[in-house]
Amino acid sequence: MSDLRELYQEVILDHGRKPRNFGPLEGANREAHGHNPLCGDKLDVHLLVKDGLVADVKFEGAGCAISVASASLMTEALIGKSEAEAKALFEKFHALITSDEDVSLEQLEELDKLAVFSGVRDYPLRVKCATLGWHTMNAALENSGETVVTE
Amino acid sequence: MNTESPIIKPTGLDIARIRADFPILSLPSNGKRLTFLDTAASAQKPRQVIDAERHVYEAEYANIHRGVYDLSQRATAAFDKARTKVRKFINAASDREIVFVRNATEGVNLVAQSWGRKNLKEGDQVILSEMEHHANIVPWQMLREAIGIELVVIPITDSGELVWEAYESAFTSRTKLVAMTHVSNALGTITPMAEIIRVAHDHGVPVLVDGCQAVPHMPVDVQALDADFYVFSAHKLYGPTGVGVLYAKAKILEAMPPYQGGGDMIASVTFARTTYADIPQRFEAGTPNIAGTIALGAAIDYMESLDRQALLAHEHALLEYATERLRANNAITIYGTAKDKAAVISFAIQGVHPHDVGTILDFEGIAVRAGHHCAQPVMDRFGVPATTRASFGIYSDFDDVDALMRGIAKVQEIFG
Repeated sequence: MSDLRELYQEVILDHGRKPRNFGPLEGANREAHGHNPLCGDKLDVHLLVKDGLVADVKFEGAGCAISVASASLMTEALIGKSEAEAKALFEKFHALITSDEDVSLEQLEELDKLAVFSGVRDYPLRVKCATLGWHTMNAALENSGETVVTE
Repeated sequence: MNTESPIIKPTGLDIARIRADFPILSLPSNGKRLTFLDTAASAQKPRQVIDAERHVYEAEYANIHRGVYDLSQRATAAFDKARTKVRKFINAASDREIVFVRNATEGVNLVAQSWGRKNLKEGDQVILSEMEHHANIVPWQMLREAIGIELVVIPITDSGELVWEAYESAFTSRTKLVAMTHVSNALGTITPMAEIIRVAHDHGVPVLVDGCQAVPHMPVDVQALDADFYVFSAHKLYGPTGVGVLYAKAKILEAMPPYQGGGDMIASVTFARTTYADIPQRFEAGTPNIAGTIALGAAIDYMESLDRQALLAHEHALLEYATERLRANNAITIYGTAKDKAAVISFAIQGVHPHDVGTILDFEGIAVRAGHHCAQPVMDRFGVPATTRASFGIYSDFDDVDALMRGIAKVQEIFG
């Protein structure tokens, strides 16, 4: 990585400071709690799933810029997606920040704004931060009711 | 054969010369000069320690206390000599009072499981402080679950000092042990351990001291303190990982049952009956970390070759300089402002999570700890999930502080 700015891009700093879809969600029917014991980050993800579609999603909690921005951008990306699409997007996002392989233009287009997290792959210790919200969302979809722990 | 590692006595205090003894400090980090400010988590190792450990494997390695052959006898002698070095280093009365364990954590667990199970019963109380490391909390909680003891936690003030009146008034007829840190790893607070022990002894209560952060910073005299148990880890004392020390008064150790069973801790074994070895071997079941223990001896030799009073003054000067520079920055809050502090500074930068601080500093070649420092109750006390911690060692210099300040400026530029 040539510059720290590739990790801390403006979009990430912006969503870290002013997270979107932040707060409780009235009428939520899928929820999960995520925790990263390494840094103490804690996030709750609330989903309203209607007819197999993510009608609304919000999150709450505290964490580093990477984890908060990731959860914030995730909520924007999820609204209107089917459950299957949401899970598929998680897979793609996970691959983006953990794979050693080059990211194709096509993948980046699919990920849209989420592509700003591509710099995270150079910081293995921060992958957990970027995926905490996603893992929690995934658990909420499955409605396991368990706390998701990434460490 | 000479088992000592060669040590050059520095004249006065020449930090550059000390730094030259630590090979890792000459390697770049992320292409920059390594600014290592995480010594409180684990210290770097001088060449003398690395050489001592290698020398064992290259020239005098065999299992100890077993072979009748020359090599085993030499390894045994070097191992036993390390015990004597530890005894002198903390001024214990006898080598028999020095038990080698894996680390300070195992030392606390040993006391909890051996002394604790024998001497404590349901309803008995163990006094801890709010600023204990998890290693001095969890073993007592496990004992609480097993036999129903109670934990009494003494609060700390906003500056990170023990609330003295709360401590003095915490003793009851059921108080059976005080287990407390000598220096807080998260806040740097040096506790008034001699006084803590005096008060406990006035109530007839023994004291276990977590000395992990104290031993690397200041001379410790367990007899002057009158400590009943004192634990520390070699790796924080510029020695290897995998070796720790439990000091305990001989009369206490003698009355304690074994912690683990196995070889080297027995006097005789038949299927009908086993008699245990005398102290300290009774607590050292199985083959120990032979080379690591000998290397701990080399770390002690190294420390004693230095002017420790001058080092203490140097570390204190670094602490004051860093504190002053951090205080000059309005966006920074320092956690732990006790009058008596070791060279550890926990802080927060307004609006920036410690993990982000840590990543950006890392990019600048600066290694700090970002997290809860295995002391979550301290974090809860100050209402923060985590802090950034810079901790100094004998090789730290003023350039390290300046680099930290430049790194913080970079953090603020990015998050500005």
